Amino acid sequence: MELPSVLPTLLGLAWLVPLASFVAILFAGPRMGHHGRGAARVATAAIVTSLVLSLAAMVGWLSQHPVRNAVHGGHAAAHGSADGGHGSDAHSSSDHVASGHDGGSHAADHDAGHAASPVAYSGDWYTLYEGGRLKLSIGWYIDALTVLMFVMITFIATCIHIYASDYMHDELHDVEDHEVHLAGGGHFHRPGRYPRFFQALSLFCFSMLGIVIAGNLAMVFIFWELVGICSWFLIGFYYERKSASNAANKAFIVNRIGDFGMLIGLMALWGALGTLNFADTTDRAGDSQPGLFSLVRPTVTEHAQWVPDGMVKFAAADRIAVIVRKHAGDPRAAVDEVEEQLDTWRGEGLGRWLLLVAGLGIFCGCVGKSAQFPLFVWLPDAMEGPTPVSALVHSATMVAAGVYLVGRFYPVLTPDALLVIAYVGAITLFISATIALVANDIKRVLAYSTVSQLGYMMLALGVGGWLAGLFHLVTHAFFKSLLFLCSGSVIHACHTNDMRKMGGLRRVMPWTAGTMLVGCLAIIGAGVPFVIGTSGYYSKDSILAQALLFSRTNPAHWILFYAVAGGAMLTAFYMFRLWFMTFAGEPRDHHVHEHAHESPPAMVYPLVALAVLAVIAGWTLPGGFSIANMIEQARPAGTGAEEAGGLLFNSFTIPAEHESHEGSVHVVATWTAFLTAAAGVFLAALMYVWKVISPSMVAAVFSPLTAFLVNRWYFDELYAFLFVKPILAVSRLASDTDKGVIDKIIDGIAWGARQVAGIDSWIDRNLIDGLVNATAATTWSAGLELRKLQTGHLRQYIMFIVLGTVALFVLASMLFRSTLAG
Amino acid sequence: MGESILSGTVFAAGISVGPAILPGIFPLAPLLAFNPFTEPVGVIHYMIVGAVMFTAGVVCMALKRNALGVLMGIELVLNGANINFIAFSSPYLRGDGAPTLGLDGQLIALFVILLAAAEAAVALAITLNFYNNHATVDIDRADDLKG
Repeated sequence: MELPSVLPTLLGLAWLVPLASFVAILFAGPRMGHHGRGAARVATAAIVTSLVLSLAAMVGWLSQHPVRNAVHGGHAAAHGSADGGHGSDAHSSSDHVASGHDGGSHAADHDAGHAASPVAYSGDWYTLYEGGRLKLSIGWYIDALTVLMFVMITFIATCIHIYASDYMHDELHDVEDHEVHLAGGGHFHRPGRYPRFFQALSLFCFSMLGIVIAGNLAMVFIFWELVGICSWFLIGFYYERKSASNAANKAFIVNRIGDFGMLIGLMALWGALGTLNFADTTDRAGDSQPGLFSLVRPTVTEHAQWVPDGMVKFAAADRIAVIVRKHAGDPRAAVDEVEEQLDTWRGEGLGRWLLLVAGLGIFCGCVGKSAQFPLFVWLPDAMEGPTPVSALVHSATMVAAGVYLVGRFYPVLTPDALLVIAYVGAITLFISATIALVANDIKRVLAYSTVSQLGYMMLALGVGGWLAGLFHLVTHAFFKSLLFLCSGSVIHACHTNDMRKMGGLRRVMPWTAGTMLVGCLAIIGAGVPFVIGTSGYYSKDSILAQALLFSRTNPAHWILFYAVAGGAMLTAFYMFRLWFMTFAGEPRDHHVHEHAHESPPAMVYPLVALAVLAVIAGWTLPGGFSIANMIEQARPAGTGAEEAGGLLFNSFTIPAEHESHEGSVHVVATWTAFLTAAAGVFLAALMYVWKVISPSMVAAVFSPLTAFLVNRWYFDELYAFLFVKPILAVSRLASDTDKGVIDKIIDGIAWGARQVAGIDSWIDRNLIDGLVNATAATTWSAGLELRKLQTGHLRQYIMFIVLGTVALFVLASMLFRSTLAG
Repeated sequence: MGESILSGTVFAAGISVGPAILPGIFPLAPLLAFNPFTEPVGVIHYMIVGAVMFTAGVVCMALKRNALGVLMGIELVLNGANINFIAFSSPYLRGDGAPTLGLDGQLIALFVILLAAAEAAVALAITLNFYNNHATVDIDRADDLKG
C-alpha cells in the first residue's frame, strides 16, 4: 500500500463526505422523508462513512508505523535515546513531499530510532493563489495526530448524530416555543427545523475536519472561520429566543476579537517568511521550499528553535538598507554581506520579538476559539444551542480546535509565548472552575467545566507538556461529549435545566445515571494509582506531572502547579455536586420526577459507546498501542528537549516532557491528583449526599464570595462596562451625529435644491408658459376679432377692397416721393 | 410741367422712394388745376372716361344686391381698365415716339377681355348654382361662409 497517496485520498474523502451531505440537505432537506426525517439519515450516513474512512486511514497508518511502547512504557519509562539522531538523520518531511511514494522505507527508518522529524505527509490539492514564491493552497498535512483527530472527531460526531436524530424529534412537526414571549402574550408557533439542524451539523463536521487536515495556516484560518459560522448557526438554532440569538452573536463577536490577533500572527509569518505551510514543499522548479516548521527549527540547529532568516532580515531592515547603500553598484556583494551578517544579527536577538508576536498572534485566535481568559465569556452562553451541539461543537471538537492549533503550531511558539499560554490556561481553569461550583444550570456547570478543562490543556501545552495537552484534548473530547449527552438525556426527560428541580433520577434513568457517573469519574481522573484508571486519570496525571516538573524547574512559577492541583479538586467537587444533585438522593420536584423517563435507545447507545471510550481511551493495549503513544509519533521535531526563554519574563526553562515521567515527579503528581480528586468528591458527598454540611449554610457564610461566583466574577458586567457600553455610547454618538448633523446637512442640501427647483418651476410656469400662452391668447383674440370682419356680405367685401385700394393709393401718394412734387 | 404730366412715363419714371415721407401733403394737387374741357383730346380724357367707368363699375358692385348686377359692375371695372390700357398704348397718344411695336396695351386688353369672358362664365355658373340652392340671386343672402 502506498501510504503517502492513499492517506490523503482516504482522509480527503472523509473530509468531503459531510460537505456532500450538507449540500444535499441544503437543497433537498425538507423533501427527505416525512417532514425531513431523512435528513438525519443522510447526515448520519455521511459521518459514518467518514468514520469508516478515518478508521481505514488509521489502520493503514498503524500498519506502516506501528505504535511501540517506547514512550510511555509503564507510565514512567524514559523517553528513549531521543536526542541521538538529530543531526545525522536527514529524514525530514520534505523527503516525503519530494519523493512522494516511499513512505514505507522511511517508516522503517522512523521506527528504528527515535527520528528527529515526525513522519508526516503533505501536499496540495488545489492552489488558491500563486505569485512568485508566495503560494496559498488547499492542502494536507497528515501525521499521526491528524489521523487520530479524524477518528476522534468522526467517532464522536457519529455518536452525536445518532443521538440527535432522536433528541431533535420535536423539530419534526410544528413547534410551540414556550421560551419565546410574544408581545401579545400568546405562544410562538413555527415549523420544525429538523433538516436545518443536520445541515449545520454536516457543515460543521466538514469544517472541523478541514482544520485538522489543513496543510497550511491560511487553510486553517479558512476553516477556523467556517466552524465559527457553524457555531453561530447552531447556537442560534432557536433564534426566535432573544437569549439564543444574543448568545450566537456574542460567540461570533468574541471570536472575531481573537481572530483579529490571529490575523496579526498570520501577517507576521506571511510578511516575514513568505509561507504559511507547515511542511516543506517543492516548487515548480523542483526546489525544496522550507515550511514553517523547518524554518523555525531547521536541521542545522538540530531542530532547536531559532529565529528564521526572514524574520532576522525583517528586523534588521535598516541595517540591510545601510549595506545596500554601501554596495550601491554591486547587488551581489550586498547580498553576500547580508548573508554574512545574518548570524551575527541573529546572535544579537534580532527578530525574536517578531517570532514571539507571530506565536502570540496565533494563540490569540486560539484564546477566542478555545474560550480562554479573557475571551471565555461566550462559551457558557453558547449552551443556548441544542444539547447535541453543546456536546459536539462546544465541548469536544470546535473549542478543542484552539488547543489543537497550539499543538500543531507548537514548534513555532517561543518559550515566552508558551509561558503566556500557560498563565492564560491557569487563570482560565481557576476562574471557570470556581464559577462551576455555584452554577445551578446543568449545562452551565458542564460549560464552565469545559472552559476549565481547556485551560488545563493550554496550561499543559504552555509548560512544555505537548503530549499531555493533546492527550487530554482527546480524552476530554470523549468524556465531555458523554457528559453533555447525558445532561441532554436528563433535560430531555425533565424538560428543565435547573438541577435544583432534579434529584433521585438514578432510579428512573439508570443508563443515563450510570454513564454520567462514568463521565464524572473520567473527568476527575479517577483510577487506582499506578494500576489502572479512566482515561482522565492518564491525561490529567501527565498534565500534573508536567506542571509539577515546570514548577520545580522554575520555582518562581510555582503557582502553575497549584492552579492545576487546586483545579483538580474543584473539578471533582463540582462534577460530583452535579451528579449528586441530579441523580442521588430523593426527588426535589415530584412533578418533574414523575414525568421523567429513560431516553430511547437511539440516545442511550451513543452514551454507552462514549462511556466505554471514556474509560479505555487512556489504556495501553498489550501490543503497546495507546492514544498517547500514537500522538507521540507526531511530536514536532525538537520539541522534546529542554528550552530556555526569557524575553518577556525573567529567565526560565521549559523542561523536556519525558522528564516528567521520572518517578520523583510522576509519583508525586499521581498522588496529588488522586488525593485532590478524592477530597473534592468527599466534600461533594458531605454536602449533597450525607448532608453533613448544608450547602445553603456554606453559601450564607461566604455570601460575598458566593455572590461573586454566582455573578461569574462579574465578567459580563465588566465587559459590558469596559467595552459594550463605551461602544454603544460611541455608536449612539455616531448615530446622533448621523441623524443630527449629516442628515441635517443632506436635508439642507435637498431643501436648497427644492427651493431652486421651486424658483425654476415658477419661472417656467409664469414666464415661459405665460409667454407662450400670451402669444396663443393674442392670436386667439385677434382671430376672434378678425372673424367679425368675415361677414359673408359680398358687397361689404367689395367696399373693403375699394376702400383698401383708395387707402393704399392715398398712403402711397403720401409715402412715396413723386417727381410731381419736385 | 404740363408735358411731363402728359408723358406716358409719368408713373414709371416719376415715382421713386425717397427718404422724406411727406415732401408735400398731396403731390398730385396740381392735377386739380387741369381743365379737360379746354385741353385737346389726349390720354387724360381717355383716363377720365376709364375712371368714370371704373367708378361706376365699383359702385355697381358695391350697391347691387342682384348678383347679375354685380357681374355687370365687374364688366364695367374691367372695361374701364381696358380703356386705360388702350389709351396708354396708342402711338398717337404718346408724344415721344418711343420705338415700340405699339401693341402691348391692346394685347393686355385682349387678355383682359378673355379673362373677363372666363370669369363671367364661372361667375354665372356660381350664380346659377346659388339660385338653384337658394331660389334667389340676392347676394346678401349668400352669407354661408361668414366667419
